[in-house]
Amino acid sequence: MTTHVLADTGVLTGRSLRHILRSPDTIVTTAVTPIALMLLFVYVLGGAIDIGSDQSYIDYLLPGILLITIASGIAYTAYRLFLDLQGGIFERFQSMPIARSSVLWAHVLTSLVANVASVAIVVGVALLMGFRTGASLGAWLAVLAILVLFTLALTWLAVIAGLSATTVDGASAFSYPLIFLPFISSAFVPTDSMPGPVAWFAENQPVTSVVNTVRALFAEQPVGSEIWVALGWLVGILAAAYAAAIALYRRKIS
Amino acid sequence: MSTDAAIRVRGIEKSYKDLHVLRGVDLDVAEGSILALLGSNGAGKTTLVRILATLLRADAGTATVHGFDVADAPGDVRRSISLTGQFAAVDDVLTGRENLVLVARLRHLADPRTTADALLTRFSLTDAGDRKASTYSGGMRRRLDIAMSLVGDPPVIVLDEPTTGLDPQARIEVWHTVAELARGGTTVLLTTQYLDEAEQLADRIAILHKGTIIQNGTLAELKRLLPPAEVEYVEKQPSLEDVFLALVGEPDRIDTTDHTAPRTGQEPR
Repeated sequence: MTTHVLADTGVLTGRSLRHILRSPDTIVTTAVTPIALMLLFVYVLGGAIDIGSDQSYIDYLLPGILLITIASGIAYTAYRLFLDLQGGIFERFQSMPIARSSVLWAHVLTSLVANVASVAIVVGVALLMGFRTGASLGAWLAVLAILVLFTLALTWLAVIAGLSATTVDGASAFSYPLIFLPFISSAFVPTDSMPGPVAWFAENQPVTSVVNTVRALFAEQPVGSEIWVALGWLVGILAAAYAAAIALYRRKIS
Repeated sequence: MSTDAAIRVRGIEKSYKDLHVLRGVDLDVAEGSILALLGSNGAGKTTLVRILATLLRADAGTATVHGFDVADAPGDVRRSISLTGQFAAVDDVLTGRENLVLVARLRHLADPRTTADALLTRFSLTDAGDRKASTYSGGMRRRLDIAMSLVGDPPVIVLDEPTTGLDPQARIEVWHTVAELARGGTTVLLTTQYLDEAEQLADRIAILHKGTIIQNGTLAELKRLLPPAEVEYVEKQPSLEDVFLALVGEPDRIDTTDHTAPRTGQEPR
């Protein structure tokens, strides 16, 4: 049966991508809040924020906004997975001779595609608002790779939420703390402007290292050791979430 | 019957925490026959069906489907059996045709489109084939659901309460479908809580009660369990179903039978 894993995953991914194409508002909705935040921070609050360098504020802000975009996008993955479980189509798939893991992978790959699309929209708006970077192709690819890794890590968290939720609201509520995490990081203001304990939390939570790495890549600065901290966090979260999601899935289907 | 049983269940037990749902179920379904599994709500019908479809593991006992053991060869079982659950498991966002093509692809058929078209025709869904399933009526959804179960012609079909929640016309449509399936040689296990449904469709009827099969036989055999009927003269009142169907234009009654005349002496109401 393992020979069918790729084919089955492809077919099921095509199915959920079609869901997104039929309701493209999910991609737009995902992009709207981050864009609103970006407008608010750049045109209303940004003038009062001292980022401690001559970098333009939108250049400073964009990495955090992209992470917020992804954090709100993955809520739809939990939502779609939950609906599959509720509606009975999940059981239909389980009772068919298909590779069982492909049901989850299809949702994960769909999440990746949808989030890359939302991120592209937000980057497009940022460019209109004056975001500029001289980043090389290599740096862009590195940014893309980090964002993909971030999406995968959060998507597997979303899978846990989708599999264990008992209500539609519960399926997406888990993403709210994730959306707020960037606010207590270096995403909007430098961490050294925060009071001691808050600054300590901000400096030692995963978002800050990811934001700093992406920001450095866009600004053509050396990423230093920050990228390893970021990769460590992301790979660690991904591995833990994946293991937990698979264990939960096994228990669910046996 | 023991050698050519398409479904063979021996001593199956299943508990949920303290609740002993199945307490040693034995059941055979002969190839190409329709067996109706009758039981009240909570009798364990769905639990048994889920074990046969490899969605649930039994605590004890064995079950084989089409010669494959559900515990040892779940992959082969899934290739042989198709389950239609109580709630129509169709993808609402996709059209009827896309739903069928999806299942055909997942069953790795050579020509998913042709399979889908043939099934749409067979279930009178061709006109609705390019509409989203969310726009379908209850009866159409259930027909699509059953059609999806037939993709790839699995030799064994399990229908778990296929007519629960359907209006009388849609029920009769489903009955047609089931009767036709069996004519085509498919083995059908049908669970139901409607006695008339079992009477209409089934070759054999098994009654699941308190976790075991308490009776299993043909309708005639089951009827012989009671003392011979007394002849009583009762004014024949049409049932509400007869009235409803006459008023809205009755679809052809199922044609396998001599049951076309209203059967059961109407219970006093």
